[in-house]
Amino acid sequence: MIRLAGIEHLFDTGQVSVPAPDLAALRLLGDRVRPLAGAGERTLPVPEALAGLIPQGGLQRGSTVATGGVAATSLALALAGPVTVAGSWVAVVGLPALGLLAASELGVDLERVLLVADPEPPGWAPTVAALLDAVEIVLVRPPARVAPSVQRRLTSRARDRGSVLLQVGGSTEAWAQAPDLVVSATAGSWVGLGPGHGRLQARRLEVAVTGRRGADRPRQATLWLPGPDGRITRAEPLAAPSRPEASVASVGPVGPAAGVGSGARSAPRPAAAPLPAPALLPAPLADAG
Amino acid sequence: MSGEVTRTLVVHSPDWPVTAAGVPAHEPAIVVRANRVLAASPAARRAGITTGLRRRESQRRCPQVAVLEHDPGRDARAFEPVASALDAVTPRVEVTRPGTLAFATRGPARYFGGDDALAERTGWMAAGAAGAHVAVRVGVADGAFAALLAAQRAHRGVEVAGPGGSAPAHLVVPAGGSPAFLAAHPVDALGEVVDQPDLLDVWRRLGLRTLGLVADLPAADVLARFGADGVTAHRLASGLDPRPLDARRPAPDLAVTREVDPPAEQVDRAAFVAKALADELHARLGADGLACTHVLVEAETEHGEHLARRWRHEGALTAGALADRVRWQLDGWLAGSATVRPTAGISRLTLVPVEVVAARGRQLGFWGGETLVDERILRAVARVQGTLGMEAVTVAELRGGRGPADRVARVPVAAVDLTAPRPAARPGTITEPWPGRVPAPAPATVPPEPEPVEVLDAAGRSVGVTGRATVTGAPARLSRPGRAPVAVAAWAGPWPVDERWWEPARHRRRARFQVVDDAGAAHLLAVEGGRWWLEATYD
Repeated sequence: MIRLAGIEHLFDTGQVSVPAPDLAALRLLGDRVRPLAGAGERTLPVPEALAGLIPQGGLQRGSTVATGGVAATSLALALAGPVTVAGSWVAVVGLPALGLLAASELGVDLERVLLVADPEPPGWAPTVAALLDAVEIVLVRPPARVAPSVQRRLTSRARDRGSVLLQVGGSTEAWAQAPDLVVSATAGSWVGLGPGHGRLQARRLEVAVTGRRGADRPRQATLWLPGPDGRITRAEPLAAPSRPEASVASVGPVGPAAGVGSGARSAPRPAAAPLPAPALLPAPLADAG
Repeated sequence: MSGEVTRTLVVHSPDWPVTAAGVPAHEPAIVVRANRVLAASPAARRAGITTGLRRRESQRRCPQVAVLEHDPGRDARAFEPVASALDAVTPRVEVTRPGTLAFATRGPARYFGGDDALAERTGWMAAGAAGAHVAVRVGVADGAFAALLAAQRAHRGVEVAGPGGSAPAHLVVPAGGSPAFLAAHPVDALGEVVDQPDLLDVWRRLGLRTLGLVADLPAADVLARFGADGVTAHRLASGLDPRPLDARRPAPDLAVTREVDPPAEQVDRAAFVAKALADELHARLGADGLACTHVLVEAETEHGEHLARRWRHEGALTAGALADRVRWQLDGWLAGSATVRPTAGISRLTLVPVEVVAARGRQLGFWGGETLVDERILRAVARVQGTLGMEAVTVAELRGGRGPADRVARVPVAAVDLTAPRPAARPGTITEPWPGRVPAPAPATVPPEPEPVEVLDAAGRSVGVTGRATVTGAPARLSRPGRAPVAVAAWAGPWPVDERWWEPARHRRRARFQVVDDAGAAHLLAVEGGRWWLEATYD
């Protein structure tokens, strides 16, 4: 009996430890092996802290996204990071001033980043189109106005291939049609730097997400980008500064006057939302555009 | 062994990219590629500018220097008249790269009465075709590599003698004298012909500072330790041809040809055909496990003119390199001077692999599992390179350094293998400490060139940093050109950095500051020589 109990014990679920499956990795794997035909249902992963802000929980394939506000570049790099870690590629067209070291720190795997020199305006659209065919996210800042026909061609290319066109800062006025999703930082405050001492350590950022397709009701949150440990996390809202001596550069919202264009608007988009509150229901991709 | 070496004459024009750009010799000018000096005019060299220097450093040494972008098509275009002038000497002129060509001396030397007479005559003819005041040097030696170094030494001789000197523009290394001639040259000279900077670096660090020391190594040991590339370099250093004669195979009949209809008069259209043709040739050779080291580009025009030019490469020509050379050649014919331009459009283009070697390409994993990158990426890269140029697509690699711009390098995709893992792009590669490094987080915007700014204290005076690294006043206002001045809410510094003090030419002494303005934007500033620069922005 005793021996039998010992053997039974081996089969007891309580004692045998099965390593917990890495759900995130499994989901990514599933995403990658699913055929392209289902592109509309799929999203590209974003940092966890930002996932809750975006209606679909990630960047919808085939959509155009813009970042704006005081931390437009950091936000774009943060959004592009998880895709490279999952094994997909990201291309950057133009943007000679992009801080690649910051990209690495914000979670971008530089092994899977292609950097393309700024093409002359006539060569810009073909270059972006060629890259949309191959990589998951193309980071751009249009050098000139994008004609409606060119934009239609690029978005339909992105939709066919399931890639995302991500505008890094700048004005979204260059596009004939507003982006599907605008992730903008309305206000930021650095922590760690005092008058004559300290160093920049972390940044508390008010992030607002607006857009079409279920994102027309703006969502807001306070993030650490980057946090004191270098990671991107949610922060409690800055109602009462807990460390006034450390956070010296706390400032109010920065509006479009700061040269960020309509993409930085934190208020609800006035002309959007022809449909009532579809936030709960993920809008199908087919009726966009 | 010396029977294996082809006695070769090399015509070399130093700093050809500058000459091709049409810069007069007395004006300082540089041609840059990827922000580094590729070639400099004599006036610029006198001002202390050397090959490989950064653009900004060159402008510091010689403020009035004209900076020109590199255009391989322009180089080839300007060189075609020189190559076609020498067709009168021998039909076997081989262009190594724009600015350098070579041919075997065996027939012509006997015809013109010896190597010296041939070298002198070739020098005149090439200089006549290149134009007055263009430095054209000629070297004759056993092997193309030794001949190139002889031409370069002839150039140094002329430079040292000065304008009034009587140094000859050519140098003939006697038959059998190549190993002794090469022995005294530094090992870096191999960098001219083999694209193996890592190999040369290892040799240098092993104490093999001259070609003579390299040549003394037993060939079998070099093969065992450094592989096939090492053997090629070792053979060159020993004054031999890069490959033994039996390794060079007469090319099988693999010429590829294509009709161009309608005939192409513009380079763009012809280049499009050339690209497809180069890919086809490369694929056909690749299917047989071969790579091309010497290609003959032939073109026929509507009027029946027949144009041909040989291009040689010490290593094997990749599909991209092959396409580049064909495009340069077409540029030289179609957009060149009237003396070489055909009278009608090109109606047929043929590529003949004159000499092939066994390809030592990389084998892909059986399951395709080793490839990090799928075919789509490579295709897109090739397409973008086709329209914007080979240098237009880069990848990032992390480097050691202090400032945010120093710590990342953009490397052309053509120079890396996208299908292999690239540890240099992973964080944690740089383990060495860099004291004085700007601490994390890194700024997200780092302009390629820093922006000049002004930093004033509360009394409106410019803030300075003393030799003891203290500020003369607390920064209170930051003004950037074209923007309203902003108040400084918080700042830290100076963080002094004294870099490369052991190397006067690259010595930099500056102090960095982090600044947050009243709008919440954070910047990285640097003060150097009393001037303030905005190095990066934390946006």
